[in-house]
Amino acid sequence: MNKSTKLLYGILLLIAVLLPLQDFIYLVFAMKVLCFALFACAFNLLLGFTGLLSFGHAAFFGSAAYITAYFCKEMGASPEIGILLGVLGSAVLGLLIGALAIRRQGIYFAMVTLALSQMIYFLAVQLPYTGGEDGIQGVPRGALFGLIDLSNDVHMYYFVLAVFVFGFAIIMRTVYSPFGQILKAIRENEPRAISLGYDVDRFKLICFVISATLSGLAGSTKSLVFQLATLTDVHWHMSGEVVLMTLLGGMGTIFGPVVGAGIVVSLQNYLANIGSWSTIATGFIFVICVLAFRRGVVGEISAFFKIKH
Amino acid sequence: MFELLGITPQGLVAQLLVGLINGSFYAILSLGLAIIFGLLNIINFSHGAQYTMGAFVAWIGLTQISQWLGFPGLTMNYWFALILVPLIMAGFGLILERTMLRRLYHLDHLYGLLLTFGLALIIEGLFRDWYGISGESYPAPELLQGAIPLEAIGIILPKYRIWVVVISMLVCFSTWFVIERTKLGAYLRAGTENPKLLQAFGVNVPLMISLAYAYGVGLAGFAGVLAAPIFQVNPLMGSNLIIIVFAVVVIGGMGSIMGAILTGLGLGLIEGLTKVFYPEASSVVIFVIMAIVLLLRPAGLFGREK
Repeated sequence: MNKSTKLLYGILLLIAVLLPLQDFIYLVFAMKVLCFALFACAFNLLLGFTGLLSFGHAAFFGSAAYITAYFCKEMGASPEIGILLGVLGSAVLGLLIGALAIRRQGIYFAMVTLALSQMIYFLAVQLPYTGGEDGIQGVPRGALFGLIDLSNDVHMYYFVLAVFVFGFAIIMRTVYSPFGQILKAIRENEPRAISLGYDVDRFKLICFVISATLSGLAGSTKSLVFQLATLTDVHWHMSGEVVLMTLLGGMGTIFGPVVGAGIVVSLQNYLANIGSWSTIATGFIFVICVLAFRRGVVGEISAFFKIKH
Repeated sequence: MFELLGITPQGLVAQLLVGLINGSFYAILSLGLAIIFGLLNIINFSHGAQYTMGAFVAWIGLTQISQWLGFPGLTMNYWFALILVPLIMAGFGLILERTMLRRLYHLDHLYGLLLTFGLALIIEGLFRDWYGISGESYPAPELLQGAIPLEAIGIILPKYRIWVVVISMLVCFSTWFVIERTKLGAYLRAGTENPKLLQAFGVNVPLMISLAYAYGVGLAGFAGVLAAPIFQVNPLMGSNLIIIVFAVVVIGGMGSIMGAILTGLGLGLIEGLTKVFYPEASSVVIFVIMAIVLLLRPAGLFGREK
């Protein structure tokens, strides 16, 4: 990472820290963007840096949201314990689904993850703990470490920002580590990586679990922000949305998914009241991105300024 | 009448029939997916939406078109729909292939999946916007209304459902016959195996690819017409089905046409049996089978490791 990129991240962080001082952007909206941005970054670790297209990431996002919501509401867990349990749950789920899915490649990988996440969806519909169609509503935000009252939106915002920066830092660390280089090697040429002696399946699985865990972190945090966990979180539309955020922002760029999440969430807020137009617009963006805009926003900008990642 | 584990034979046969019907739909749809995948190397995510569209076109033809055009007598009845809708859908598929999918062949296969996913969202969203999600009913044709009573075992077989099973098997097996036993099918199989070499022999491979996609989409439309009188014509009918069909395809592997048909039928039956013996698991049983198959035979029951 060069100096100008570092400066850019610094400025963006400063803006994010100062955000509560203005009232043009609602804090709840900003928190939603941050949650989805983390989700998309975690997904991008898998798609952009390892070349694995999972079509079932909603399973991790959603089940973590359900677990956190359940423990915080029904068991009276504090927010940090609730999030920890949600993240653990998604990590275990990631290990199980990942171990099955990496047995197939390419298109089959996408179909396997989609089908397994649909199974999680059906479980969420049927299990007695999830509240069926209603989901779990009215989840208390509680007090972080028993000290900071999260029901205050400003406090909650800084907490979400901290979670996002933490998750983003892990992803950056992973991508720029030797481990990340091996992931890229697998993406570029899997047979060659195997011939160099790397246990490709193990690397894929570790990457899958990291991605699932961070998706779970995003889901858990989201369930505290909105104080609910519903079937929307585990539905395959959600899996599609995170693919779109990554694709639109720029697959395989560090910051692209954040931009993509910002655009998609804003668009959905804007179109939410006009029936199914949100779905239709999502579909159109998909088609346009695939046909004409494959590098995504950040990818195009980097290509224009010739910034190397 | 004897009972086994509290299950009546009537209940068993009824659920088996439901399973057989679902299995027929799985078979037709996974057959279409397999043909498209064979030549285009694309998983057609919009297959479910195209099935929905087939059902809607049939319904529009029956109830709406006369008002649109102002000719009260002009309706497309079920039998016309059964022929016309697949043709309309095939035309639609041809346009999609020529204008969009064609641009993606030189890229990673995943882009095809993403493009067709976007198309599925557009189709589903448009129908939801126009007709809501409550669902429209489509009456079965008069000839096939009613049921055949089998008094010996005290079971009533609805005629339309029998018809669906028979006609879809007929379509599946004639497709199998064409692909495995005719010259056209030989070209098709050669195109799956090595398109460049086939083109060097002077066969128009791009045209064949377009027609294969059109045929797959036509099959989805055909399934949609068949489904219209059984299920309600609903914008979400396809997306609920397509994910199960994906699991079916993973279980069967897309290497073999007969494999796609048999896996579809078999899994429909297993799902029906699960509804009888352990209803809570019926929605996930296919996914569980998929997980087991992945553990034991990663390439799928009929698949070949590439």
